[in-house]
Amino acid sequence: MRILGLALVALTLLIRPLWAQEISNFTLDNGLEVVVIEDHRAPVVVQMVWYRAGAADEKPGVSGIAHFLEHLLFKATDHMKAGELSDTVAANGGSDNAFTTWDYTAYYQRVAADRLDLMMTMESDRMRNLRLTKDDIATERDVILEERNMRIENNPDALFREQRYAAQYLNHPYGIPVIGWKHEMENLSLDDAMAFYRRYYAPNDAVLIVAGDVDPENVLALAKKHYGPLAPTEGLKPRHRPEEPPQLSERRMTYVDPRVSQPYVIRTYLAPERNAGDQKQAAALTMLSELLGGNGQTSVLGRKLQFETQKAIYTSAFYDGVSLDKTTFGLVIVPSEGVSLAEGEAALDKAVAEFIEEGVDAEQFARIKMQLKADLIYQRDDVQALANEYGAALTSGLTLEDVKAWPQVLQDVAPEDVLTAAKLLQDKRQAVTAWLTNPTAQDTAKTEVSQ
Amino acid sequence: MKRIYLAFIALLTFSVVAQAEVKIQEVTSPGGIKAWLVEEHSIPFASLEIRFKGGASLDPKGKRGAINLMVGLLEEGAADKNARQFAAATEGLAASFGFDVGDDAMSVSAQFLTENRDEAMALLRTALQEPRFDEDAIARVKAQVVSAIQSAVTDPDKISGRTFDRLAFGDHPYATSINGTLESVAALTRDDLFAAKDAVMARDRLYVGAVGDITPEELGKLLDDLLGGLPVVGAEMPQKAPYLLKGGMTVVPFDTPQSVVTFGLEGIERHDPDFFAAYVMNTILGGSGRQSRLMEEVREKRGLTYGVYTYLMPKDYAALYMGRVASANDRVAKAVQVIRDEWVKMAENGVTAEELEGAKTYLTGAYPLRFDGNGPIANILVGMQMDDLPIDYITTRNDKVNAVTLEDIKRVAKRLVRPDDLHFVVVGKPVGLESTE
Repeated sequence: MRILGLALVALTLLIRPLWAQEISNFTLDNGLEVVVIEDHRAPVVVQMVWYRAGAADEKPGVSGIAHFLEHLLFKATDHMKAGELSDTVAANGGSDNAFTTWDYTAYYQRVAADRLDLMMTMESDRMRNLRLTKDDIATERDVILEERNMRIENNPDALFREQRYAAQYLNHPYGIPVIGWKHEMENLSLDDAMAFYRRYYAPNDAVLIVAGDVDPENVLALAKKHYGPLAPTEGLKPRHRPEEPPQLSERRMTYVDPRVSQPYVIRTYLAPERNAGDQKQAAALTMLSELLGGNGQTSVLGRKLQFETQKAIYTSAFYDGVSLDKTTFGLVIVPSEGVSLAEGEAALDKAVAEFIEEGVDAEQFARIKMQLKADLIYQRDDVQALANEYGAALTSGLTLEDVKAWPQVLQDVAPEDVLTAAKLLQDKRQAVTAWLTNPTAQDTAKTEVSQ
Repeated sequence: MKRIYLAFIALLTFSVVAQAEVKIQEVTSPGGIKAWLVEEHSIPFASLEIRFKGGASLDPKGKRGAINLMVGLLEEGAADKNARQFAAATEGLAASFGFDVGDDAMSVSAQFLTENRDEAMALLRTALQEPRFDEDAIARVKAQVVSAIQSAVTDPDKISGRTFDRLAFGDHPYATSINGTLESVAALTRDDLFAAKDAVMARDRLYVGAVGDITPEELGKLLDDLLGGLPVVGAEMPQKAPYLLKGGMTVVPFDTPQSVVTFGLEGIERHDPDFFAAYVMNTILGGSGRQSRLMEEVREKRGLTYGVYTYLMPKDYAALYMGRVASANDRVAKAVQVIRDEWVKMAENGVTAEELEGAKTYLTGAYPLRFDGNGPIANILVGMQMDDLPIDYITTRNDKVNAVTLEDIKRVAKRLVRPDDLHFVVVGKPVGLESTE
């Protein structure tokens, strides 16, 4: 171990300064932001359009409309038949898809680089010219209900997650599932979809990202040609969702489902997110999650709960700072056979308390920073992942400068910053502690007896 | 509008394919280990993909799960390092080592920086040649495997896939999970793990692909250091698997809102002269994307599912033609009926000229897009070798797709898409579906 530490210092010095991929950006007169990421190793391009509109921007009572609309965007427009966009992408050997989160909705095609003009023809068309019919609504609503069946209703972990988020957010719409509550999905209408579409699907609410074997000047010319003529939505203001009140009361919940084979405990704390020009606290929380639960073998929770004691078969800590509003910091323990959920939770609390007492292990801290540096080399091999990183950040309240600065902000985190950030974990009033179990597991049985 | 696009596209496709050619070199190390290499020096790291044929199907009788457990323990301590020291060393080098195993192969996937390549490979060498299999590590990984075995019992996806395998493959290893059973895993000893390692990790079944910032000379030396010390000969390869399943339906009652369906029948081997015809035919019937007939009929027109797809599964000791769909308990019978109808239609009428052209432009255009990154290319290089394909295969592959005719599709559809042989395994509480026999 000691020898390893020395080797590590030498290696850290050897890492060369990194040249980021060439990244250019423009803004069209109608407000469309354009980001170009060049990668000339293969004649391939990814076009992505990201809208600053997600499930957390829905009106009350129509949960799931952002995601439903994402499906409907593959239907007819003024110039295309239903399904024609995807058919055309496939006929060009490409792939296409879309995804929705609380903060953004994004559409992409991956295709040979010389088809960019055609992709922009189609993507710009559906930004403003969607033509939905009543039939589209009825059939596609069945599809999203089956999607909910597959992702949520058939999966106790997912049902558990929905309940936890609903308890975590007292007022903010992050407490409502992206796919929607089932009873509201069943009544989503054409008018609901078009209202959301007309407001948010506009050049002044979108970011166009083009990544791959392209020339920025050419991309700009094509973007002007296809997206330039589109009218912006007048009066569109930055998003302000309902905010959380002070969270004063610890929440605890148990979800029991006979389909659960492996009971576990998860606790999430309401946590600050990355903000434009202010990413230090989020960086400290990112390092905290890596130290506590990044790698099962070397992390603090792994060491204390899976190696020094055998309380758990799996532990983790997680935090994602890319979020428009307040995010969460999470801890997980999957107790070993014979260890109850109550014992597992107590062991988790003890491990976290010991970490705050003992402080940051300098070698582990240096190894994590070394890995973050190396990630900058590895990620140059995956231009689509880089495009995703930029798209998510730019539609979650961050700027290009924030994305570029982030690796250095992480490197600048000091051990004291991590311990300051860890104070978050000492205030359970902002936390939801949740047990997932089945009717025959030890903890459930115990509760029944004591009642 | 669409027609114009199509015509315009066909002209351009070939230039793209030509540009995407990757230059593969065959490297033979001084010690005689063969590998395929693509040099790519623009980013200072490399990906290495190592595979051993046979995989978990080489488990000895009564010791199901031995190879899976052994593979799970390779990163849990080697030579002078225990599990945590090994993981810390890997982290300190910012390398990543992945160990995995399936029915037909065991894989080692490594990614490492140029600047500390020697240290990273020295570390990986200890995992491959001097794993410790410490008793405390065995207990820890066994507990993880037990958890996975227990979870599979209440997972409708796993239940449907495994029920199909169990019914299809009798007492062949393919019939059971590579994880083993609670009993078989409990009984495994440290000696069993060393035996499992020598059975599968031997040089007579070794395939290597490398992509990235490394020269042929550097790779040759690396391979001898990394793999030269492995046994020359491993365990005897498995027997061909019998296919025992008849057409029909098996319902596995399980209390969940959406029924999960695995369906399939005996398929076609990778080296069958009609493989490409079958591949193109499947793209039209149920292949990836929204464009397949099944997606159109089951999802787009009727909203019966979020996804339905079919795939050819040419395994080393059996060939299957498989499909999946999931639909609410009260709608799944309809989904199954629509699939059956499409199956019959394909068997009787084949495909149209327009569908065939559409599938060809899609498949030939999509092929070069697969070569996106060091890791994915290393995977392709190994896959080609394991399938016994020539080193220039990439340049000829699209010609094989383009050579498929309507007659070929008709012939292969008759042979492969046999509605009477199709067996459905439905997990859930399906309304209006019952087991046959």
